[in-house]
Amino acid sequence: MAAPVLRRGCRGRLWALACVDGGSCHGRGAPTGSPSNRIRGQSSVAQQPLHTAQKPRKGEHNWAAVVGLEIHAQISSNSKLFSGSQVRFSAPPNSLVSFFDASLPGTLPVLNRRCVEAAVMTGLALNCHINKKSLFDRKHYFYADLPAGYQITQQRLPIAVNGSLTYGVSAGKERGQVIPKTVRVKQIQLEQDSGKSLHDDLRSQTLIDLNRAGVGLLEVVLEPDLSCGEEAATAVRELQLILQTLGTSQANMAEGQLRVDANISVHHPGEPLGVRTEVKNLNSIRFLAKAIDYEIQRQINELENGGEILNETRSFHEKLGCTVSMRDKEAKQDYRFMPEPNLPPLLLYDATSLPIGADPRQVIDIDQIRETLPELPSVTRERLVQQYGMLPEHSFTLLNEVGLLEFFQNVIKETRAEPKKVTSWVLNIFLGYLKQENLAVSESPVTPSALAELLDLLDSRTISSSAAKQVFEELWKREGKTPGQIVSEKQLELMQDRGALEQFCYSVMDVKKGNPRAINKLIGLVRKATLNRADPAVIKEILEKQLSS
Amino acid sequence: MLGRTLREVSAALKQGQITPTELCQKCLSLIKKTKFLNAYITVSEEVALKQAEESEKRYKNGQPLGDLDGIPIAVKDNFSTSGIETTCASNMLKGYVPPYNATVVQKLLDQGALLMGKTNLDEFAMGSGSTDGVFGPVKNPWSYSKQYREKRKQNPHSKSGDSDWLITGGSSGGSAAAVSAFTCYAALGSDTGGSTRNPAAHCGLVGFKPSYGLVSRHGLIPLVNSMDVPGILTRCVDDAAMVLGVLAGHDPKDSTTVHDPINKPLVLSSLADVSKLCIGIPKEYLVPELSSEIQSLWSRAADLFESEGAKVIEVSLPHTSYSIVCYHVLCTSEVASNMARFDGLQYGHRCDIDVSTEAMYAATRREGFNDVVRGRILSGNFFLLKENYENYFVKAQKVRRLIANDFVNAFNSGVDVLLTPTTLSEAVPYLEFIKEDNRTRSAQDDIFTQPVNMAGLPAVSIPVALSNQGLPIGLQFIGRAFYDQQLLTVAKWFEKQVQFPVIQLQELMDDCSAILENEKLASVSLKQ
Repeated sequence: MAAPVLRRGCRGRLWALACVDGGSCHGRGAPTGSPSNRIRGQSSVAQQPLHTAQKPRKGEHNWAAVVGLEIHAQISSNSKLFSGSQVRFSAPPNSLVSFFDASLPGTLPVLNRRCVEAAVMTGLALNCHINKKSLFDRKHYFYADLPAGYQITQQRLPIAVNGSLTYGVSAGKERGQVIPKTVRVKQIQLEQDSGKSLHDDLRSQTLIDLNRAGVGLLEVVLEPDLSCGEEAATAVRELQLILQTLGTSQANMAEGQLRVDANISVHHPGEPLGVRTEVKNLNSIRFLAKAIDYEIQRQINELENGGEILNETRSFHEKLGCTVSMRDKEAKQDYRFMPEPNLPPLLLYDATSLPIGADPRQVIDIDQIRETLPELPSVTRERLVQQYGMLPEHSFTLLNEVGLLEFFQNVIKETRAEPKKVTSWVLNIFLGYLKQENLAVSESPVTPSALAELLDLLDSRTISSSAAKQVFEELWKREGKTPGQIVSEKQLELMQDRGALEQFCYSVMDVKKGNPRAINKLIGLVRKATLNRADPAVIKEILEKQLSS
Repeated sequence: MLGRTLREVSAALKQGQITPTELCQKCLSLIKKTKFLNAYITVSEEVALKQAEESEKRYKNGQPLGDLDGIPIAVKDNFSTSGIETTCASNMLKGYVPPYNATVVQKLLDQGALLMGKTNLDEFAMGSGSTDGVFGPVKNPWSYSKQYREKRKQNPHSKSGDSDWLITGGSSGGSAAAVSAFTCYAALGSDTGGSTRNPAAHCGLVGFKPSYGLVSRHGLIPLVNSMDVPGILTRCVDDAAMVLGVLAGHDPKDSTTVHDPINKPLVLSSLADVSKLCIGIPKEYLVPELSSEIQSLWSRAADLFESEGAKVIEVSLPHTSYSIVCYHVLCTSEVASNMARFDGLQYGHRCDIDVSTEAMYAATRREGFNDVVRGRILSGNFFLLKENYENYFVKAQKVRRLIANDFVNAFNSGVDVLLTPTTLSEAVPYLEFIKEDNRTRSAQDDIFTQPVNMAGLPAVSIPVALSNQGLPIGLQFIGRAFYDQQLLTVAKWFEKQVQFPVIQLQELMDDCSAILENEKLASVSLKQ
């Protein structure tokens, strides 16, 4: 998974015309431990020499970008929002379609309790005010994969409002520092997903798959508090983590469980906001950052050239790395919103308002859901920093990879080694191997127990750290051997026999003599001669003693 | 046997005086004889006979499913019936066979009722005459009654022949005609603005609209979701109560049904005296268009209650006159929304045009819907436009609240039930009726029935007497929300006092072969 570990912050929110730092906003998420200086020229902005031909005019150097996001997260539930059909990715087409999903006349929506609970839970985790009364509306448009001709959503009174999402951007100056930033959450609304249209241009026909039609979505609307692609990407990544931690959405972007639309405009600071465009259907975090930065730069260039920005819908062309106008009529469509008459207002309760003797199956208690909230990623990270003394940046990395935190904690549980040592091994060696082979934590050939045993050997000075790396490499080969077995088979133990080691040193002394700065080379030779089984400190001590004698 | 009430025939079945199959065959034969009424769109003969056979087995084993076991019923063709075509009298749904039963249909079948067929209506229930469906208009059985024919003979101006047959009212006219012509014992209608009560009044039947939320709408193809209720058409109040007892109750598939169950089975007590009752007479319902005959019957009914010791008071429902225009906005808006699903993609009619999806939608909908439906879709979409929403839809919702509050205030002032006319006049001849367009007719004909739907209240039309022309006239009782049982109890007392005459159809039965020969208009195929 190529999810970004941490992104470097934008330099403020000002986009200087002549020096948009594409590189700083577009560093791909490299595994921690790899060099932190990023390769420039990766971003679409840098690839497109849009700003080079411009002559900055006085007083127009600085642009500020304003970015707001609408994020659709598919709710992780067994059945759809208003019907009993199963929710499953990649099932045979039209195999998960109830009469309601197909909009057969006379069918009625029945609200799925699980979806409501997921929305409340997500709202609480995003510090939202949960509306005790929310309403459903119909949003009308004709589209082949929208069989009812309308989508049921919450336009007027959504289930949760006025929240906030805190995310961290790395500061750039001091290593490991992370600056917290906050974006306001305008609202969270429950709504239906549409089906899928598969266009067959060759035979000029469209195939419709309704498996997705009616799946519950959480639409999370973020206020336009973001100022660049990186901030947006980091905020979305944090939201993704929160949803996954809550279990309210699997939030897998590749499977379309998390989809982002971005509203983007640019203006001069202190002046009114510019006309905005909407870039739709961004389906990876990397493309999200790229698309936003491209669009910001495009708008700046357009305006600098005396052009104007149209209020339009655009899509991101992944191969070309640019946004293109969708030129669809849909953007200007009047959705003719209307209250959904078949669903009574959605009423939620808390401990104080819960009706006495209410059937717990018929009511949803916000306080009860609050109690079941798991530890949120921000809290987990803080705990990691406190408990194990790791850098904030490392805590981010541990949470960013699915399963990595659990792996780390399992190693910690089983080893005597210092947490710092464990952190370093898990983030540098283990994660590095995973990345190299593009494996998920769950696919790792090395179990937490094996790594714990290995670190124990290292901790008890049974093996040297370079021998430990060799053992790790052996473990990665999935031959089913324990670290202990590998160590003894390969004779990797540190040599405990000082007499034998002295013999080695003498023999080396025969080869080299005199130069005190040659000692490092000598150490190397000794280590080589001992197949890395000698403790370098001991070798050095012996050599020094010999040299001085 | 066919002229009996549901309760009577149920007793006859239990006593073995007749078998379900015999009863079913009698009804089927009468359906064929009265085919020219055009009451049925689909006659489900095979299904009914099979159900009768099974019912007969149950009776033989002494284990009938309930009071409705073996009893022929009919269902308006806007209720989904599994395996039986459900058309809404529209080209759009010709050939559409639902894969599921509406909850109310299922409940009737679970009681062992025999489904004789699907009855005719105005397209998608939009109308008040049962004249605007794709299968042609429904004829009122009273057109052929002895009572009406004799009066007509006395009138030198009346033309001879069949050309001035009467409408049934609507939109559940097929159901009303089916029950009135003795082809079944009860029928389901739907009631959005009076569609069950109006034809009941014109056909001399009891037409009951339950409280909104008491009976499931699941499977009822909607007109206006926030006002639709399944309605019940029977020959007497007890029969309506019996059917209501079967239908009422929460349905997990309809989130707008209430949880508190009503007493079941629903048996109405016989009200010994009405002295504790307070009957409200809404003064706004006395409109100039009201026929003097109906007005005088209304006032005599009030006198009857008064003379029996009930308190009868005048009440005011001040926002009544705004109801129709308010209904127009809310109805068309919901219609525009509800009809959006008919796009020709998955079910129903699809045009031959395939140059683009949009072109296909447009042609399909133009071919599939009649002018009335298209007109309502157009107005509804206009009212829902962003720029109009506040000025029309939101205002109409506010007016709706005022209308509902009018009723609340009346009931809070101590009134138990309201007594009003059901219709402005008795049934009119078809040729007279079609002089006005659907919209004008609906606006006129719904004025006494429609405000009730705004407020979600229960209401029932009771046949009271025959007019000078020998045609039935109904009066309407309106109750508090979910006081359906009380309402029907009062209606039952009233029914007993007025002794409405039974329709005399002997002549029709004798003549029908002759009528059929002359009848080209009613030659819509009888589906089996």
